[in-house]
Amino acid sequence: MKDEWLFAPGHGMCAGCVVPALVKHILAIAGKNTFVVNSTGCLEVATTEYPRTSWKVPWVHVAFENSAAVASGIEAAMKKFGEEGNIICFAGDGGTADIGMQALSGMVERGHDVLYVMYDNEAYMNTGIQRSGATPYGAWTTTSEVGKANPIGNLRPKKPVADIIAAHKAAYVATVNLAFFQDFKKKVEKAMKVKGPRFLHAIVTCPTGWRADPSKGIEIMRLATETGIFPLWENENGGKKRITYRPKKFKPVKEYFKLQSRFRHLSDDIIEKIQEDVDRWWKEHSE
Amino acid sequence: MKEITRGAVVKDAGNSVVNKTGSWRTFKPIINYEKCIRCMICWIYCPEPSIYKEDGKDYDAPKEPIKKLPVPVIDYDYCKGCGICVNECPVKAIDFVKEVK
Repeated sequence: MKDEWLFAPGHGMCAGCVVPALVKHILAIAGKNTFVVNSTGCLEVATTEYPRTSWKVPWVHVAFENSAAVASGIEAAMKKFGEEGNIICFAGDGGTADIGMQALSGMVERGHDVLYVMYDNEAYMNTGIQRSGATPYGAWTTTSEVGKANPIGNLRPKKPVADIIAAHKAAYVATVNLAFFQDFKKKVEKAMKVKGPRFLHAIVTCPTGWRADPSKGIEIMRLATETGIFPLWENENGGKKRITYRPKKFKPVKEYFKLQSRFRHLSDDIIEKIQEDVDRWWKEHSE
Repeated sequence: MKEITRGAVVKDAGNSVVNKTGSWRTFKPIINYEKCIRCMICWIYCPEPSIYKEDGKDYDAPKEPIKKLPVPVIDYDYCKGCGICVNECPVKAIDFVKEVK
């Protein structure tokens, strides 16, 4: 059956970009009765080249900063008119961690019944790989260039967006990784059942911006979690974080870095420092 | 398109299928059905999505009972040749060959 997904092929997302795979599964779980609000970003630009669209559900494009505000309005209007349906925001890390943070914070604080999905490729990839608040420490981007004056690249740690939303006591917050498909599916299904503001932080490989082989997208994402860099957890109403996957034996962070040229400048000292940060996080979150 | 719709609304959902993105491909994945165990991992991870499910009875299979299961088929009209299916296949049943046009 060729048209089983609610997301059609023929879009302009790069070969090896993992975002469309994320979208097709979330829509499959959410079902047809879903409204999508899409912030400006790769996903919006490349899947809706007018007069074409890849979306088979009602979809609206809004600016970088206000998908959460528009979704709040749709939810309020549906309540008023007694209609039912799922409302899902898709936004990148730029549209979430940086530009859309205020609208998102407001949406969660007011308690709107919306699922917000941040697809995190850790920089502004659509406009040419500029760093965002979600770019990790040590990553090369075109605005965190590497050279003699700065041998490290991005000098600031990654903004913990999921923690920030969990601190709002959102109904459900989880980090998801498509490479751990059963965990991913369980969390999306749960997010669709829970009422109230929900937030999913999804890691997605950008082969273009991460300077990686397009065929390695899922492998890189798997390593992000197996090295402990991208931990998988969930949280309800601001309660205790529940780790949903704890690697039996952690792989060294170096294995995650070596598949991506955005980290290839890192010296052993810096890699050691990042490893220590990861180890500390897991020590703080040991049972 | 002669006229721009009001509000730039696109009424024909999923009409991006007119863009045959298969022309982007420089490498082509080819599923070897004699090795394929029908785990559908390639179908899960294909980002386009350009791998679909079909009835498996007319395809080769490593063992006869596997023919009962649905089989993944690549739609070359849209496959951009990223190679994620090749990399993720647990039994190395997908070859990756240079595209000839």
